[in-house]
Amino acid sequence: MMHNRQLATANVGVAVGAFGVATFLAFMQALSRAALDLPWRSPKMYYLSVTGHGVLMALVFTTFFIMGLGVALTTRALGRPLRYPRLAWLAFWVATVGSLGALWAIFWGKATVLYTFYPPLEAHPVFYIGLTLLVVGSWIWSAVTLGTYAAWRREHPGVPAPLAVHGILATIIVWLLATIGVAAEMLFQLIPWSLGLVETVDPLLARMLFWYFGHPLVYFWLIPAYVVWYTVLPKEAGGRLFSDPLARMVFALFIILSTPVGFHHQFMDPGISAGWKMLHTVNTAAILFPSLVTAFTVTASLEVAGRMRGATGLWDWIKRLPWGNPLVSSVILSMILFALGGIGGAVNAAFGMNSVVHNTAWIQGHFHLTVGSAVALTFMGGAYWLVPKLVGRDLELDLLARVQPFLWFVGMLLFSLANHVTGLMGMPRRVYEVGYAGNAITSHWQNLTLVSALGGVLLFVSASFFLLVMLGTVLAGRRREQPALEFAEPLAGKPERPLIFDRIWLWVVVAIVLVVIAYAYPLASHLAMERFGSPGFKPF
Amino acid sequence: MHVDIYERFWMWGAGAIVAIFLGITAFAAISQGRVPPSHAETVDPRNVWTDPRFAERGVKTNPDGSVEVTMVALMFAFQPNEIRVPAGTPVTFRLTSADVLHGFQIIGTNANTMLVPGYVSQFTTEFDRPGQYLIVCNEYCGLSHQGMFATLIVEEGE
Repeated sequence: MMHNRQLATANVGVAVGAFGVATFLAFMQALSRAALDLPWRSPKMYYLSVTGHGVLMALVFTTFFIMGLGVALTTRALGRPLRYPRLAWLAFWVATVGSLGALWAIFWGKATVLYTFYPPLEAHPVFYIGLTLLVVGSWIWSAVTLGTYAAWRREHPGVPAPLAVHGILATIIVWLLATIGVAAEMLFQLIPWSLGLVETVDPLLARMLFWYFGHPLVYFWLIPAYVVWYTVLPKEAGGRLFSDPLARMVFALFIILSTPVGFHHQFMDPGISAGWKMLHTVNTAAILFPSLVTAFTVTASLEVAGRMRGATGLWDWIKRLPWGNPLVSSVILSMILFALGGIGGAVNAAFGMNSVVHNTAWIQGHFHLTVGSAVALTFMGGAYWLVPKLVGRDLELDLLARVQPFLWFVGMLLFSLANHVTGLMGMPRRVYEVGYAGNAITSHWQNLTLVSALGGVLLFVSASFFLLVMLGTVLAGRRREQPALEFAEPLAGKPERPLIFDRIWLWVVVAIVLVVIAYAYPLASHLAMERFGSPGFKPF
Repeated sequence: MHVDIYERFWMWGAGAIVAIFLGITAFAAISQGRVPPSHAETVDPRNVWTDPRFAERGVKTNPDGSVEVTMVALMFAFQPNEIRVPAGTPVTFRLTSADVLHGFQIIGTNANTMLVPGYVSQFTTEFDRPGQYLIVCNEYCGLSHQGMFATLIVEEGE
């Protein structure tokens, strides 16, 4: 198990490192948004920094953290070591080398194509190959985790999998299904095109494949966060999980609903019929349901915790929660921000209303509440809980760890609300300057962009606290035997018999059927259409 | 499977919310035709300037009084960069890109579409309020992306 712990530590370590670099890039963007006259401020720097921040946060930080968390949770919950530890290390190294390659291309100015890398903007081949290796690494990790689960299953027939493992399995299935899209885009379009083997690429097909991957990517981040909410938070808060079977239902619903939704990122695209966009809208609305159920179950689990700590009356349980425990405060605050993000998400998904907010600052306001809060803040809280146990040291600088989630909360509220409002006023996203040659309408945005910059500075301070705590813990934390990872007990006791939600294969089949319904016809008719490819452009 | 009575209520409520969202969207789409721009038509992005559909750009009034606007986006401008249309008249925009992805957003309205090289974006809208509107590219297209905009002037109809 020692070996597995080192592996989890290595993965979390890369994740935290990536987070650190990305957070510095975000800080530069915040300063740039405030339009301070800094010597290094330039469009080249800005767009490069947006690309680096997106790739490091959305792809590198999340993937490595999930791999580390996955190793730690699976081995502990199953009570057995990884089945193929060498392969698991291979996964780590392949993903690390790939990420370094992509970062080389970005920081040497050869891939300022943003993290969505839409062609015909053309990056250096190493950028595409590096990101592909990151995904290949995650596939190897997935195979190792599935192999470990299969071995445990042979040893324990007929027993439901531990809830944490059920959630990690859902994560892996969503990921394997989703990455087919980006793998096809990379292997059949972008890599041969950037190497000069083919001359042109179809940008709309690339967008369809990217968003086939791009939305379930969101659930690849979110499901592990939900695993922490369901299986770790109630325990740390001193309570029980309110409902184990509904948590399993939520994970099963994510398996089937995560992928057939990608067109909701392409509502404003030509070449895709409104009918198919509508079908994806139906699935998108349906995916609100498991998150609404989660809101109830997790809040009820917190109330149970408050009452087990002696709370009486209607609201007293909130005060009784251990707000000084950084995992507990991180997760609760991330849930509040996610609730706001969910409401915004329903607006984005609303077909007609989407045209008001598409590609405006509203969108960055939205996803900083979801991936930037529900996921990132939960992962930071998770790191406070996990890293001391992995390295066998006490959490160092724990006062900073206690303040950090609240600072993130305030910074994110300022940043995100300012962006939502400017977005509604029409301000586009990912733009170096929003002056438009002094056009009168832009003057309404200016003060709010300062609010968003202030939020960004607070977020940077918060992120720095997190990094200091991590560094302090690993380098200077007191070496001491740490308590093992422990999971919350369900209120009604451990489930004895598997439910329909435990029949993973059934859900995989349903998921594949839904993907085929949602994509087969639109993709086939797209490929059958007379299309013209685009040569590449490098305007950076 | 035991589910707490309050959670049951909550789940029914959650289901109802999802159904209401979808109902409103479907109603607006089917009965009022409120759907996002989804026109399917291709064009060779390397021959945009000579393609008969885009060789002549600008504003054209059809015999039935409806107005058609043809524009091409390129790094880092819209061609033409100023257009005048009458208020209270249906205006059909026909747009495409000559190079990379661009966006087309008329600030202060819900006119918004992606411009994908190789494809023609088309939508019809109507402007009620006369005045000057800012059109921006809202999809990153290179280092001078922030300088890519145009002007729409909506004139009092006769």
